[in-house]
Amino acid sequence: MGAAMETFYSVIRRQGITRRSFNKFCSLTATSLGLEPLAADRIANALETKPRVPVIWMHGLECTCCSESFIRSAHPLAKDAVLSMISLDYDDTIMAAAGHQAEAILEETRAKYKGQYILAVEGNPPLNEGGMFCIDGGKPFVEKLKMMADDAMAIMAWGACASWGCVQAAKPNPTQATPIDKVITDKPIIKVPGCPPIAEVMTGVITFITTFGKLPELDRHGRPKMFYSQRIHDKCYRRSHFDAGQFVEEWDDESARKGYCLYKMGCKGPTTYNACSTVRWNGGVSFPIQSGHGCIGCSEDGFWDKGSFYDRLTNIKQFGIEKNADQIGVAAAGAVGAAVAVHAAVTAVKRLASKRADPKQDH
Amino acid sequence: MMDAVECPAQSKPDLAAIAADAVGGHAIGRPTVYVYEAPVRICHWVNAFSTVALMTTGYLIGMPLPSVEGEASANFVMGYIRFAHFAAGQVLAVFFITRVFWAFVGNHHSRQIFYLPAHRKQFWREMLDEVRWYAFLEHEPKMYVGHNPLARTGMFTGFTLFVAYMIITGFALYSEGSGIDSWQHKLFGWVFAIWPNSQDVHTWHHLGMWALVTFVIVHVYAAIRADIMSRQGIISSMVSGERQFRD
Repeated sequence: MGAAMETFYSVIRRQGITRRSFNKFCSLTATSLGLEPLAADRIANALETKPRVPVIWMHGLECTCCSESFIRSAHPLAKDAVLSMISLDYDDTIMAAAGHQAEAILEETRAKYKGQYILAVEGNPPLNEGGMFCIDGGKPFVEKLKMMADDAMAIMAWGACASWGCVQAAKPNPTQATPIDKVITDKPIIKVPGCPPIAEVMTGVITFITTFGKLPELDRHGRPKMFYSQRIHDKCYRRSHFDAGQFVEEWDDESARKGYCLYKMGCKGPTTYNACSTVRWNGGVSFPIQSGHGCIGCSEDGFWDKGSFYDRLTNIKQFGIEKNADQIGVAAAGAVGAAVAVHAAVTAVKRLASKRADPKQDH
Repeated sequence: MMDAVECPAQSKPDLAAIAADAVGGHAIGRPTVYVYEAPVRICHWVNAFSTVALMTTGYLIGMPLPSVEGEASANFVMGYIRFAHFAAGQVLAVFFITRVFWAFVGNHHSRQIFYLPAHRKQFWREMLDEVRWYAFLEHEPKMYVGHNPLARTGMFTGFTLFVAYMIITGFALYSEGSGIDSWQHKLFGWVFAIWPNSQDVHTWHHLGMWALVTFVIVHVYAAIRADIMSRQGIISSMVSGERQFRD
């Protein structure tokens, strides 16, 4: 350890909890987890020696909806996550310090906790014009990001912006807003996509890292498997209506009132990996589909550039025209079918003509 | 019309085969040659029927039937359609693999649709002849025991490439339901490295269906037309395996 980091134990003591209560807590935890008697000592030891992870939270080109989501976390409460579980050393949106005082913390953390802190990034850096489209503390955000990433242990890419680019990267992307993993390539990056990500998913990932002291298992795209390995559709409470073939055909029809599947209304649940249908939002109150609106696929790559949120078939842009697969397919098959018909007609005419010319050939 | 034995000048190695085959068989006085072995024919028809089933059910998955009434527990329309699609897809995959396997152990005709001899000048010369024939610039079609170069290119693209593409993207999409630990995901999950958003995989899989529809139109038309115009048994050969040269 490069510096004396604050442990969980010292935080617990600082909050007025006695050592006696602390030991009771460790014994109870060990008992309730069904562990052997000696485990209580090991838990106490871990809490006494494990440091709180310092976190630097930076904001690039973004809308702060990730922060808005994060502070609404119910399990664990955002205050517990920020005040007890991690050591949030820098977050220019919610920190008390400002100006040079705030910027000094960056340098300090970087020097003091070299290779030990987590860099949480909300938003992304625009690369065009040398990064001039996002100036933070007097210099381009991309420079600040690269500087802080150099000595970070890992990077958290909060939200669709940091993970995929999001709306500021929408075509034609004039500022060249670029997701974090295209800019920083030599550090482990945990993508927590969503616009915003679910509060409990954000704090859940942090809890995992602080509890187990390691990064969560990631999928092919760098998302934590525990929250992003299943689609909204797989756990949707309206799934039975999908399997039954019961769909909302238009807004406000009888099916909509009955709460049928929103598949035909362009719900992106079948192609969206997120935990909305299980964890839900606002402390488990609801999620878009439960409120009668389809999923827009906000945690998926390019969701902002795929045409209407209300179409089942989304647009294909590769042919220079914005058409969906059916429009392109029907046009292609129709053109080929017409060509075949014309070809058959010409063949028949030619054959008839050649038979007339050669009447002996009676085939 | 020219004599059949003189006609297949382009496929010299088969002259002897035709002559030899012409003696036996049930075609009296007409030369026939055994082209499509039983596994090839079985694969052809199984693939044909499963492809039709896949197109129908696949279209209905992308564009479902009108909503049904009643309790959700009493209906399983979408469930059955999806089941039929997945089942037909597995059948197609198995018979596609069988067909690929047969290319290694079957006769030389069975290998035709899996590669193109693009390095041979003759291939391109004959291809040009075929294009001219289909553009009504040639008077007589050339005769081939198997596929002509144009047909071979069509089969290679429309069947080998398109179907392989559909199987790969299909299993990748199937792995979304079967889960990240499934063998489907382990084998075909890389598709999502190409298209990170599975919405795109759905879209391109859907477009692949239309590519196959287009292929089927051309395939069926070309078979019927060649059957009539080239005076060879094309359609019957996929049933009996024997290609008859009718004059």
